[in-house]
Amino acid sequence: MDSSAWGLLAYGAWTTAWISGISIAIGVILGLFVALLRVARIPVVHQVLGTYISLARATPLVTLVLFIFLTAPTMGLDINRNVAGIIALTLNTTAFNAEIWRSAFNNFSNEQREAALAIGMTPWVYFRRIMLPQITITSLPGLVNEMSFLIKGSPAVAVIGVVDLARVTNRISAVTYEPLPPILAAAAMYMVLISLLVWLQRLAERKANRLAV
Amino acid sequence: MSNWEILWSSRDVFLDGFYNTLQLFGISAVLAFLLGAALVFLLEGSRPRLRIPLRIFIDGMRMLPFLILAYLLYYGLPSAGIRMSAWYAGLTALVLYHGAYFAEILRGCRTTFAQGQVEAAIAQGFSLPGMFLRIILPQLILKTRGLMGNQLIILLKDTAFLVIITVRELTAAANSLSSTYFIPMEAFIVVIGFYWLISIGLEQFIKLIGRYGAKRGFENA
Repeated sequence: MDSSAWGLLAYGAWTTAWISGISIAIGVILGLFVALLRVARIPVVHQVLGTYISLARATPLVTLVLFIFLTAPTMGLDINRNVAGIIALTLNTTAFNAEIWRSAFNNFSNEQREAALAIGMTPWVYFRRIMLPQITITSLPGLVNEMSFLIKGSPAVAVIGVVDLARVTNRISAVTYEPLPPILAAAAMYMVLISLLVWLQRLAERKANRLAV
Repeated sequence: MSNWEILWSSRDVFLDGFYNTLQLFGISAVLAFLLGAALVFLLEGSRPRLRIPLRIFIDGMRMLPFLILAYLLYYGLPSAGIRMSAWYAGLTALVLYHGAYFAEILRGCRTTFAQGQVEAAIAQGFSLPGMFLRIILPQLILKTRGLMGNQLIILLKDTAFLVIITVRELTAAANSLSSTYFIPMEAFIVVIGFYWLISIGLEQFIKLIGRYGAKRGFENA
């Protein structure tokens, strides 16, 4: 492999990183909102979100990516490949994150809420100042785990022609006729990316355990 | 003809894809489970010889995206002289990848068992394989059934990646129909429904195993 191949690989890694990064950022926040709406148990919204989560967890990422990319034009929406990929990854990761947030909500002690309301905090202040900081730390290990799942699933965007770290190997081997070296190099780059997240998760777990004691 | 009628008239394509996905899923689930159980058995004993290479294999798989492994087997191996059809390459990738995950789930549960069980079994004259098969493995399966169920659903979803290495499975069926008749929305709704059905079926199956375990008194073990 020459320097232009390495350049292409770096470009692919960057594409994977920013597409995953945006999806993770939106997915974590949207997941929190979905979990909040689920916990509030608003009649119709609750069932709709429940169905969404069940469906999104059962749908393969590749299928979802293709579905969004091919369906959008028939509904008159003109979206490019990257946006379609980000929407699909976000829809997928939001469902998993919502479940992580929700289990943190459900395990939260009720005494703190009673105490906060008793000393005159409004529900919003209670949520912002007391609940959110604690559930953020307790759900962090789960969220980071889901992030590494998202990165492992992100090659799904290759199916609509986004040149990410997985697909770029095809492009390199089309020139060099040697598919093995770029694939191995891409594998090593994914391993670095994911082991970084695993390390972060361990860090988050240690912090969460310290808080729990 | 409405879009749905077009889909109904080409139902053979869907059924072929569905059958292919089910076949890939079924065979690889069984083989991956056997591989996982075999890996955990090899880690059995006080000082297993293969501990380090097995840990490298398991952790390596867990850090790799599934598609990269499929690429490696389908596009990479021919240059090393090993050529497989897309279907076999996909199946091998599913088995290797998810076998490592199954092994990790089983291993995590295995470390929580009391050492006394193994010592009692050996004292009773069990051989190591007999002890593993009769005492350790049944408990492992019943205790990890929730995690195993999740992993099986991930396996099902990973079969869709194989469309990229040109396996004719369910997602490929929807993709080809939507490009032939230009009806992407309906074709993909049907396919997502199929995936949903399989995962709901899986969840019921896992519940059934739990009930069977409760009947055999495993909850008290």
